[in-house]
Amino acid sequence: MEDNEPSVFKKVDKISFGVFSPKMIKKMSAAKIVTPELYDKEGYPVDGGLMDTRLGVIDPGLKCRTCGCKLKECFGHFGYIDLARPVIHIKYVTLVLNMLKCTCRECGKILYSGSRVRDFIDNINKAEEESGHSSKKASVKSMVTSLKTINKCPHCKAKQHKITVDKPSTFYENDKRLTPIEIRIRLEKISDDDCEILGLNPKSVRPEWLILTILSIPPVTMRPSITLESGERSEDDLTHKLGDIVRINQRLFENINAGAPEIIIEDLWDLLQYHITTFFDNNIAQLPPARHRSGQPLKTITERIKSKEGRIRHNLAGKRTNFSARTVISPDPLLDLNEVGVPNEIAQKLTVPERVTEWNMEYLKEFVDRGPKKYPGANYIIRPDGKKKKITDDTKETFLEEIEPGYVIERHLMDGDIAIFNRQPSLHRMSMMCHKVRVLPYRTFRLNPAVCAPYNADFDGDEMNLHIPQTEEARAEAELLIQVQTQLISPRYGLSIIGCNQDAITGNFLLTREMDSLTYNEAVDLLSAVGEDSFSKLPKKDIVSGKDVVSCILPNDFNFVGHSKSCRKCVECEREKCQTDSYILIKSGNLKTGVLDKSNLGEGSGLLLRDLHKKYGADMTVSIIGKLFRLGIMVLLKRGFSCLISDMDLPSEGAEKIQGILQEAEKKIEALIKVFHDGEMEALPGRSIVETLELRILELLNKARNDTGEVVLEYSDMSSPTSIMVHSGARGNIINLAQMSAVVGQQALRGKRIDFGFKGRTLSCFKKGDLRPSARGFISSSFKSGLKPHEFFFAAMTGRDSLMDTALRTPKSGYLYRRLANAMQDVKVEYDYTVREANTKIVQFSYGEDGIDVSKSENGFINIKKIIEEVTES
Amino acid sequence: MTELNLKIKKELERLIPSNFSKAKTKAVYDRVEKEFEEMKIEPGESVGLVSAESIGEPGTQMTLNTFHFAGVAEMNVTVGLPRIIEILDARKVPSTPMMEIYLKKPYSEGKDIKKIAMQLKETKLDELIEEIIINIIDLSINISFNTEKMELIGITQAKMIKMLEKSCKTAFSIEKRDDGILMKSKNKDESLNILYKTKEKIKGLVVCGVPGIEQVLPVKRNDEFVIMTSGTNLKKVMDFEFVDNTRTISNDIHEVHAVLGTEAARQTIINEVFKVIENQGLNVDIRHIMLVADLMVISGEVKGVTRSGVISNKASVLARASFETPIKHIIDAALTGETDVLASVVENVMLNQPVPVGTGLPGLVTKFKF
Repeated sequence: MEDNEPSVFKKVDKISFGVFSPKMIKKMSAAKIVTPELYDKEGYPVDGGLMDTRLGVIDPGLKCRTCGCKLKECFGHFGYIDLARPVIHIKYVTLVLNMLKCTCRECGKILYSGSRVRDFIDNINKAEEESGHSSKKASVKSMVTSLKTINKCPHCKAKQHKITVDKPSTFYENDKRLTPIEIRIRLEKISDDDCEILGLNPKSVRPEWLILTILSIPPVTMRPSITLESGERSEDDLTHKLGDIVRINQRLFENINAGAPEIIIEDLWDLLQYHITTFFDNNIAQLPPARHRSGQPLKTITERIKSKEGRIRHNLAGKRTNFSARTVISPDPLLDLNEVGVPNEIAQKLTVPERVTEWNMEYLKEFVDRGPKKYPGANYIIRPDGKKKKITDDTKETFLEEIEPGYVIERHLMDGDIAIFNRQPSLHRMSMMCHKVRVLPYRTFRLNPAVCAPYNADFDGDEMNLHIPQTEEARAEAELLIQVQTQLISPRYGLSIIGCNQDAITGNFLLTREMDSLTYNEAVDLLSAVGEDSFSKLPKKDIVSGKDVVSCILPNDFNFVGHSKSCRKCVECEREKCQTDSYILIKSGNLKTGVLDKSNLGEGSGLLLRDLHKKYGADMTVSIIGKLFRLGIMVLLKRGFSCLISDMDLPSEGAEKIQGILQEAEKKIEALIKVFHDGEMEALPGRSIVETLELRILELLNKARNDTGEVVLEYSDMSSPTSIMVHSGARGNIINLAQMSAVVGQQALRGKRIDFGFKGRTLSCFKKGDLRPSARGFISSSFKSGLKPHEFFFAAMTGRDSLMDTALRTPKSGYLYRRLANAMQDVKVEYDYTVREANTKIVQFSYGEDGIDVSKSENGFINIKKIIEEVTES
Repeated sequence: MTELNLKIKKELERLIPSNFSKAKTKAVYDRVEKEFEEMKIEPGESVGLVSAESIGEPGTQMTLNTFHFAGVAEMNVTVGLPRIIEILDARKVPSTPMMEIYLKKPYSEGKDIKKIAMQLKETKLDELIEEIIINIIDLSINISFNTEKMELIGITQAKMIKMLEKSCKTAFSIEKRDDGILMKSKNKDESLNILYKTKEKIKGLVVCGVPGIEQVLPVKRNDEFVIMTSGTNLKKVMDFEFVDNTRTISNDIHEVHAVLGTEAARQTIINEVFKVIENQGLNVDIRHIMLVADLMVISGEVKGVTRSGVISNKASVLARASFETPIKHIIDAALTGETDVLASVVENVMLNQPVPVGTGLPGLVTKFKF
C-alpha cells in the first residue's frame, strides 16, 4: 500500500464495443504516418515514421511528444495513414457481401417492400424479447438468406445482379469486378434504419466504415522493438507489417499521381489489400501467410489475441504475480495441518510489508538494521511518496535515521505469517488453501501429509507454489475464507476431505486393535509426542489400552456410533459384542469398543470427522485430526512396521485350494469351448454365438478370480503387516493381495479378453484359434511366483493400454472442466436465495431444490434419524 | 425463510415414531429447523463454480474405457468420462441409445415376456429367413422361412406376402409355396444385377417391431420384468398398451425432450450423469448435477455446455471471448454495438477489479456530505 494511492478507486462500469469511423480515427490520432523509415542515421525515430515519438516512447530517456511523459508513464497514442485507395477489412467480408446482396444496387434500400420490412422488424424484436440476443441474430440471418434471391428492387424497380465473392476479399458482380470504391459507394447509400434491420447498430457502425479509407496505426508501446546483444534493433512483427503497408501505400500514391497505367495501379492496390489483410489476420486460408526473412510467419493482430497463448487467455484472464515461491514438497507430520514449512532461503526473499507507526517503529527498525542477509531482516523500505528503496549495508544507516511513521518496511517472512499454498492442477477450491508460515531449515516446502488429499499431492518430486498476500484485506480474507480448517468439508459431497492416510491409519488401527497392554508411561510418551498435554483422561492404572490413548484425544462430551471397515453388515448388529470389534462406540469422549480404521479416519468416508466438525468446529477438528495422525505415526515408530515377501505366502492347503479353483474353472471353460466347437452353443438373446462364449468364459474367470480372493482372505495371516495394511484400509486391497500371492487373473484389453492380433492367435507360441484362458490373457501365476513369458507380455499389453487411457483422459477431462467452469462461473446465489446468472436470469428458485449448502450438510442431507435418536435419549 | 421444504417434512413424518409425545415431536421439528437454517446456502456463494469443480475434478479420476461387462445379462453401455462428455455436449444421438421399458401389471410379472420383447424389437426379414436363393434360370428368388420364429413374432406368410408386394411394387409376382415364397420377375429378361439388388433390399425389410429398437433384453429387476433395449424410440414404444409409460425412459436426452418436455429432459440429464458418477464409485452431490442440468435446459431447449450452446447465451462479450473464438465474438459485438456491463467474473478479472461473487458482492451505500 502506497500512501499516495487514492482512497477512492475508479471502477470501470461498462465497456462498449463499436467500429471506429474514419473521422474518429483521425481525431484520436497523434500523428499522421507518411514514411516507412523508422530511424534516422543517429538512431532517433523519424518524424512521421512508424516509431514517431508522438506515438509514445520505448527508449529510456526519450520523451513522448504528445503527452510529455517518459517510458512506462506514457502508454502510447494512435496514429493513422491515409490509404491511397480504400481496402476491405478482411474480418467484415461476409457481412459486406450480405449487405450488398440484401440492398438495391441503385437506391440502397432493402429489397423488401415497406410493409414486409415492418413485419420483419416486429419479428426480430419479438425474437429478441423472447429468447435473447442469439435468436435475434438467427432471424436476421434467415432474412438475409431469403433476400438473396430477390432480383428486382421493389422500390426503384432496378434489376439486381448476382454478387459473388472470390475469397478472401475480391467481389464480383456478374463476373465484373467490384472495386472497394464502388462497394463503399453502395454501402453509403444504405439508410440507418435498414442497417438496423440487417443487424448493425447504426449508432456504433456505418456500413461504409467497414471499407477502410484510413488505417489506424497502433502506438509504439504496443509493438516495442528489442535491442539485440549486437546492438542491432529487432522490430516487432506488427511494425514490420505496418512498414510494408506504408511502403506500398506510398508507391500507390506516387503511381496514381504519376498517372501510371491502370494495371499497375490495380496490382499495387491488390498488394495493399494483401498487406492490410495479413496485418489483421495472417491465417487466412486462401492467402499465403506473410513471413519473416527467416521464413517463420508473422504474428499479427488476430494471432496476438486468440488461443491459449493469446492476449485474452494468457494475459487478461490469467495473470502473473509477484511475492510467490515454488519448490519441491516433503512431508512433516509434526507440523500442524494448517502450517506450511518454508525454507529459510525463501523466507528471506519473500516479504511482508509492514507500515511504520509510532508504536512499532523500534521493532521494525531492528529488521532494517539486520538488513536483507540476516534472517528476520528486511529487504526494502517504501517511502511515503511511494519510492521503493533496497536496503543494503551502505544505505542501512541512512534509512534507520530517516524512518518515521508512514514508511513501509518489507520485512522477511516469519512464523505465523499468512501464505496461500497451491498445487497444480488447481481442480477444486481446496487446491489453494491458506496456511500459516513456519520458517524451517533446508530447501523444501514442508506440509502435513494429511493435507495431501485435497491438494492431491505426493512426495515423489511434486512442487508447490506459495503466495504471500500483501495487504491487510487480502490477508484477512485468506485467513477467514480459505484457511485449511475452513475447507475441511468438501463442497462436493459434504464429508471431511482431510483425514488420516496410509501409515497414520495403520498406526491407529494397530493401536485400537491389538495394543491393549501399554504401560502408563508408554501411553504418556505417545500422547506427549503427539502434542496432547492433558493426560487426566488416561485411567490411573499401570496398564492402559490403546483405546484409552485414543480417547485422550477426543473431546470429553463426544458421542458417536459407527462401524469399522471390517464390519460384516450382520442383519442384527451385535453392537458391543461384535466379534470383529467393528462396532465403534464413543461415549462421553471414551472409545469403548471398535477399531478405528479408514472408514472412520480416512478422507471422504464416514461421519466421525464430520460429527466432530459439526459439534466442535473447524479449529478443534483440525487439531484432533493432526493429533490422531501423529498418534498413528508415533505408534508405528514405537512398534515398528515393515512388510516382507513371506507376507505373501499361503499355507499349502490354501495354495491347493486355489489350484483347485483354477483347474475347475479351466475344465468348465474347456467344456464350454467344446460345446462351442460342436456348434451346440445357444446364443444369449441379442448376442452372437462367439460373443456368448466370450461372455460365459469371462464370467467363469471372474468368478474364479473372486473365489481365489476369498481363499486368500481366508488363509492369509491376519497379523502380517501386508494384510494389516489391507484390512485397515491404509493401502492396497484384497485384489492386490490375491494377485501377489495367488493368481494375477484375466488381463482385459478394451473390455475384452486379449484379442487375436496375429492370424488367429494372440502370440506365436499358441496354436491358431486357441480359446483357452491362458492363450487369451489369463495369468495363472502370481506376482510372487513370477510370470511366464507370455503372461508377462499380456500384462505389458494391458499396462500400456492403461497408460494410454491416462494420457488421453487428462486433456479430455481438462477440456470438459474448462467448459463447465466457463459456462457456470457467474452462477451465484442472490440475496433472495435464488440462483441466478450474471444477467439476472433465474436458474433455480432455491439452490438444489432445498437451499442446502452441501459443504454445510452431512453428505448432502440433514441427519434426521440422529436428531430423533438424540431427542429420544434426552 | 425457516419454512422446511416438502421433502424434509415427509421424511420427518416417516421417521418420527408414532408413540412420540407432542413435546418430543416439537423438539425434533425445532432441531431440524435449526439445522436447516444453519445449513442454508449463503447469498453470494459461487455455486456455479463449485458445481463445475465438483464435476470437473472427479472427471480426472474416471476411466476412459468405453464398455464394461456387468455380468452376462447386461448390455454394452458407454460409461465413464465419454458418456459424461456426451451428455454435457448434448449430442444429438447418444453413442449407445438405450431404453428401459417398464410393463403394466400382468406383463411385468413375466407374462408373455418373450413375445412382448419380440414385438418391440425391430425385426428385419433377414432374421426370419432360413434360406434365400436366386434362381438364375427362372429369374426368381426363393425364400424359405423359419416358421418357429415367425410364430413367435406372430406373422403369417400371407401377411408377409403383402408386405413384400408393397415393397417391390409390381415388378415381381409373388406366390406362396409350402416351404416359403417364390418371387418371380415379371420382366422376362430382368438383369441378374437387379435381381440381386432386390434380394438385398428384401433382406432389410422391417417386418415388425419398433423402428430403431435394435436389441431387446428382458431383465428381472426387483421382482419385476423390465425390458432393456439398445436403440430408442420413446414415442412409438409408449403407444403399446402393455407399456407402463409413466416409468419407461430413454437415455436420449433430445428424444425425451421432444416427447416428454423440458422438465423430463432435465431429469434425464440428472439421472444419466448421476448414474455414471455413481457407477465409477465417485461421490458427487446431486445438487451440482442439478445445477448443470438446469443451466442446460434454461432456454427451453437442451443446449450443450459448448461454445455454441450454453456459453453463447452469455450476456457478456468478454466472457464469451475468453472462452473460444475471441475474434468472432469481438467483431460481432462491434457490429451490433454491444455493451458489456461487467456483471460476471472473467470481465472483472481482466480489468483487475473485484469480482461480484462471494465477498465481492456486497457494496457499501453511504450518504455523502459535501
